[in-house]
Amino acid sequence: MKPKNSHRPKSALSIGESRPSSSQSLLPEELHSRLQQVFQCFTGNRTELIPVLQSVQQALGYLPLAALRSVAQFTRVPASTVYGVVTFYSQFYLSPQGKHKIKVCQGTACHVRGGKAIMDAISRRLGVPPGGTTDDLKFSLERVACFGSCALAPVVVINDRVYCRMTPDKAVKTIERLE
Amino acid sequence: MTFDEVKQKAASRWSGFQTPKRPRILLGAGTCGRAAGASDIAQLIRAAAEAGSVDADLYEVGCLGLCYAEPLVEVAHPGGPSILYSGIAPEDAEAFIADCIVGGKMRTDAALAVMSDEGLDGVPPFRELPMLEGQVRITLRNCGRIDPTDIDHYIARGGYSALSKALQMDRDNVVGEVKDSGLRGRGGAGFPTGLKWEFCAKAPSSEKYLICNADEGDPGAFMDRSVLESDPHSVLEGMCIAAYAIAASRGYIYVRAEYPLAIERLTLGIRKMHEYGLLGDNILGSGFSFDIKIQEGAGAFVCGEETALMASIEGRRGMPRTRPPFPAERGLFGKPTNINNVETLAAVPEIIARGSGWYSQFGTEKSKGTKTFALAGKVLRTGLIEVPLGTTLDKIVFGIGGGIPEGKEFKAVQTGGPSGGCLPAQFLDSPVDYETLAQAGSIMGSGGMIVMDEDTCIVDIARYFTEFTKEESCGQCAPCRLGTTQMLQILTDISAGRGQPGDIELLQEVAESVKAASLCGLGQTAPNPVITAIRYFRDELDAHIAERRCPARVCTQLLTYRIDPEKCTGCTACARVCPTGAAHGEPKQPHVIDQDKCISCGACAEKCRFDAIVVE
Repeated sequence: MKPKNSHRPKSALSIGESRPSSSQSLLPEELHSRLQQVFQCFTGNRTELIPVLQSVQQALGYLPLAALRSVAQFTRVPASTVYGVVTFYSQFYLSPQGKHKIKVCQGTACHVRGGKAIMDAISRRLGVPPGGTTDDLKFSLERVACFGSCALAPVVVINDRVYCRMTPDKAVKTIERLE
Repeated sequence: MTFDEVKQKAASRWSGFQTPKRPRILLGAGTCGRAAGASDIAQLIRAAAEAGSVDADLYEVGCLGLCYAEPLVEVAHPGGPSILYSGIAPEDAEAFIADCIVGGKMRTDAALAVMSDEGLDGVPPFRELPMLEGQVRITLRNCGRIDPTDIDHYIARGGYSALSKALQMDRDNVVGEVKDSGLRGRGGAGFPTGLKWEFCAKAPSSEKYLICNADEGDPGAFMDRSVLESDPHSVLEGMCIAAYAIAASRGYIYVRAEYPLAIERLTLGIRKMHEYGLLGDNILGSGFSFDIKIQEGAGAFVCGEETALMASIEGRRGMPRTRPPFPAERGLFGKPTNINNVETLAAVPEIIARGSGWYSQFGTEKSKGTKTFALAGKVLRTGLIEVPLGTTLDKIVFGIGGGIPEGKEFKAVQTGGPSGGCLPAQFLDSPVDYETLAQAGSIMGSGGMIVMDEDTCIVDIARYFTEFTKEESCGQCAPCRLGTTQMLQILTDISAGRGQPGDIELLQEVAESVKAASLCGLGQTAPNPVITAIRYFRDELDAHIAERRCPARVCTQLLTYRIDPEKCTGCTACARVCPTGAAHGEPKQPHVIDQDKCISCGACAEKCRFDAIVVE
């Protein structure tokens, strides 16, 4: 047994100067018109709350608080309830996400074949913990319970493309190529 | 078009597919196959076709279940047998296209099987592959054999005939047939399906719902994904039959958002059904009307629980509620509702078409029929299999799965995901059925089966599952919310070398309380991984606590890394990869690891090409 050092990231990937445009910078009118476009596909029934939120997130990349208030009005659900629903489900984000979404599978098959080492390696390389986004909004790192591609474990999904039979090294190199 | 005309058209298209006039390529393009390289091969073939160098028909089919051999490409030339090739590497793909597709040759080095009754040039017929031995494919009957985007393929293979037959039967007889078949819920709990239908059918209401639970959340399970991607109509037909039996007019499929391809296939399938009059008003002229809506999940494991799933469809937080009232009395929007799992529904058309007697010939006395399993982990042939219930674990792991790779020792097989347990070698001879697994302290679960070898640490696995259930607990009932947190804390301490005498007894006590007092299935089964770990692997827990030792060398905080100076060549690979600067040294001189800086991440051991890193 020996004392363990705390987790110290060595370096983050080089950080771009310009922040990618995010809906955070949307003017209220722009936000309004984008939301109206989404709402057009729905009737405003309370039961549509989750599909509405999913569509809004698809349009904006995440769910800003102002959008949640509009959704609450549209579905005639108290804003507090909308917030409760958003925070319950893991796929809703309240803050802007990175341009590249990296999801590391932590399913059982991936776990016994080294999924955690892959997560640790990527986390060290990006300098963010699982669930974090790099400051330059280039990368978001997420842990996912299972993609159901267990036979090809361990699996990493980058921008909806599934990479199989990964190693920590291969995963980090794949991410570096996204630069 | 009448259904007979539909069938005729489908049959003629199917015969064209079966006896192609130009080369026919079937590409295993489920999510797994695509990831393993099928997408790249498809791209190359399409590019070659556009350039005019390939004249062939390319179909993206689903999963044959031989995931270990992905990517799988099947090539048939007019008049010849269809040859199944496996593991075509990206750099080999162009040569493969030139040889096997354009050249019409057979590459025996890459050929896995011949898709007919007879072998060819030493290549065995498909059904004689060792992975197929003992399998009975009912749910997986069409997977990998048909184009999942073509409803005609499904119809030509007997699809929707069961629906047509059911619509001419009395509703009670449809329910009776399913009851007699002995089919039990394949989502995990194993409740008799026919009985569930009967409860809902008898509930007095003019409005009822049918839900297909495709929220396959167990880590390590991918049966439902494969079926939805490879043969969506089998599930959709099963839904229609179930809806007719219970007189439901509206249906939902609740699919997890992690399965985009499954959602795509279902959406297309539903559209095609409408075109053919198999869905919507007055289905096949029977007077019965039914429609299906797809609801995407938003990432919550607990929504696999039926009352939580209904809350989620209603647009609320997916939290389970107490039962009774059961969904059959008061379910979605307060109306009688029947919920079945994907695999359960996919079996229904075959039961109606071939009769309950045919189905119940498979399986054991109390567990009838067949069950699909997702075989993964430390096993040679990973993939999707379907066997009669009652097949022994030994036959699955060592027969179908081919045993443990790299000559390692079998340690345990985990069934039922986070709700199940790890069963050691003594259970290899046990039949896999609902009762036997429950007696052993595990559960059938949805069908994930993860094989573990000597390098798997039981404390780590128990901790892994407990962390999962703790994260996924919805938090409304205290036994589950607090109990899983406490179990995780104790297991974390044990794996970090902070275990105390008495920890195991405490763990046992907490586990039993959580099991007894939790509100829903998630909490009631969450302690199973811990309880089985204590029951079957107590020695290993003791080694962690008493000796501060991880026998499988997994718990990193109990490991020390050092460099063997005899083997180290001073290549600097470890120093470059070390995240804390612990591994260091002069080039071409033996390196050392500074134990104060080392965080035991294992990066050096992974990088070292000279086997010089010693892990103790």
